[in-house]
Amino acid sequence: MPILNGVSLDIRQGERVALIGANGAGKSTLLRCLAGLVPLSAGDVEILGETFSGSPSARQRKALRRQLGFVFQFHGLVRRTSALSNVVNGYIGQGHGMRAWHQMLAPHTVREEARAALEAVGLGEKWDARADTLSGGQSQRVAIARAIVHKPSLIIADEPAASLDPAAGSDIMTLFHRLAGARGCTLLFTSHDMNHALSYADRVIALKAGTVMLDAASSDLTPADLEPVFHGD
Amino acid sequence: MATDIRTEKPVMPRIARLDPLRFALAVALGALLVASIGEVTPSPERLAGALPRMGSLLDRMLPPETDPAFLGRMAMRLLETVQIALAGTFFGILVSFPLAWCGAMGLSPLGPFRWAARMVVSLFRTVPDLVWALFFVSAVGLGAVAGTLTIIVDTAGFCGRFFAEAMEDSDRQSREALDAGGARKIDILFAAVVPDCMPSFINTSLFSLELAVRSSVVLGIVGAGGIGQELKSAFELFQYPKASAIILAIFVIVLGMEQLTDWLRRRIA
Ligand SMILES: Nc1ncnc2c1ncn2[C@@H]1O[C@H](COP(=O)(O)OP(=O)(O)OP(=O)(O)O)[C@@H](O)[C@H]1O
Ligand SMILES: [Mg+2]
Repeated sequence: MPILNGVSLDIRQGERVALIGANGAGKSTLLRCLAGLVPLSAGDVEILGETFSGSPSARQRKALRRQLGFVFQFHGLVRRTSALSNVVNGYIGQGHGMRAWHQMLAPHTVREEARAALEAVGLGEKWDARADTLSGGQSQRVAIARAIVHKPSLIIADEPAASLDPAAGSDIMTLFHRLAGARGCTLLFTSHDMNHALSYADRVIALKAGTVMLDAASSDLTPADLEPVFHGD
Repeated sequence: MATDIRTEKPVMPRIARLDPLRFALAVALGALLVASIGEVTPSPERLAGALPRMGSLLDRMLPPETDPAFLGRMAMRLLETVQIALAGTFFGILVSFPLAWCGAMGLSPLGPFRWAARMVVSLFRTVPDLVWALFFVSAVGLGAVAGTLTIIVDTAGFCGRFFAEAMEDSDRQSREALDAGGARKIDILFAAVVPDCMPSFINTSLFSLELAVRSSVVLGIVGAGGIGQELKSAFELFQYPKASAIILAIFVIVLGMEQLTDWLRRRIA
């Protein structure tokens, strides 16, 4: 049983796209497919100039992930290292070799950039805290800092505001919005917050049971238009 | 599936049904156990005859030898035993780490050839230490070097297996996150897996040190250095007080090592 079916979409560089859908609709799976993290049973993906079906080749993986910042729904922090080390790990595909393994090994500039990214997500003073001692929202922000520290040209963020309080949630969405706007970086995020989807994205795509049921500019949409996405027919 | 007609919900049996295959296996196992007991376990008569002889042997072993020259020689041998255990464990862990990585499912840089690393680890682990000791005594001659090589192989077999299991069980989400960031296999190993597995690695290493101390005590029996040599000759020359002194010393050393590793474990936890 394929999880996604007949999903076809085209996202332009610099576009800000919100992906919405009920629990289990396939949002996380779609994002993973785009990054080549789960093999495609059919169809193909063209992303950041690389086209693959099945799984990307080793060369494609390297080229693609170098320009990618991925925020996972469950954060995926290395639990027993510090917040700073986790953000330094964001450089792991940038050719720093073992110097991106841990903040102790990192070059001065990388450590400074990592510190700046932590400050950008409002966690500057927590750089030394071990990841498994952070609150849910703090851990989420470290994951976001790790995904943006190397200045990716595509940010894929799976429910980046899910564990954030309302103020932190809008701060983070504003940060993403600004990053995407300023550097021509593409942003694709999922959210269960319809206000976030409508106000921080140029375009909203809704998934239902693995297929696209709505794809429209956010300026043409009202919250009422999004209601059917979450309800049975 | 069975359905309860009153609720039309599937019934959830508390115990999965007993299948005939499992039942037959249990019976066969029981029969094997009974047959084995008959062959090799001492009969009550034999036990009755042996008990007094054991008593008189114990009597001849006491009191333990206290001759200073002997105790000095024994202390040197004990020191050698601990050295074999420490050096062997250290190098064994160094060898086991890459072996574990190469054998770990989903992490190995060898891809489908990871079974080769698994085979090496299995070979190291399943061949008993005394057999390895015989092998190394033949290869490098009598003495402590053969003992250390034995402990290296023993430790690599033990840690190679448990390190690999810990690596495979390490947190998948952090591994996936680094993968998405373009990490190579070696990056994932050192940035995500090693930090996550550190407590488990340390525990396994301390446990393997305990095993190594116990192992290195008996290696001397086949000529691979350490206190075992003294013990063997004491028994062969009927010097029972010396034997009891050595056994007491072994008891103290092994117990001391267990206390030490327990203390280290508590410090780390
Ligand atoms: N590793 C997996 N193995 C098998 N099935 C999976 C796996 N991950 C997800 N699925 C299935 O794929 C479907 C879509 O899951 P997915 O995580 O993409 O949903 P989602 O839209 O992100 O939901 P949520 O809003 O709860 O995060 C679900 O039915 C889920 O059971
Ligand atoms: Mg999801």
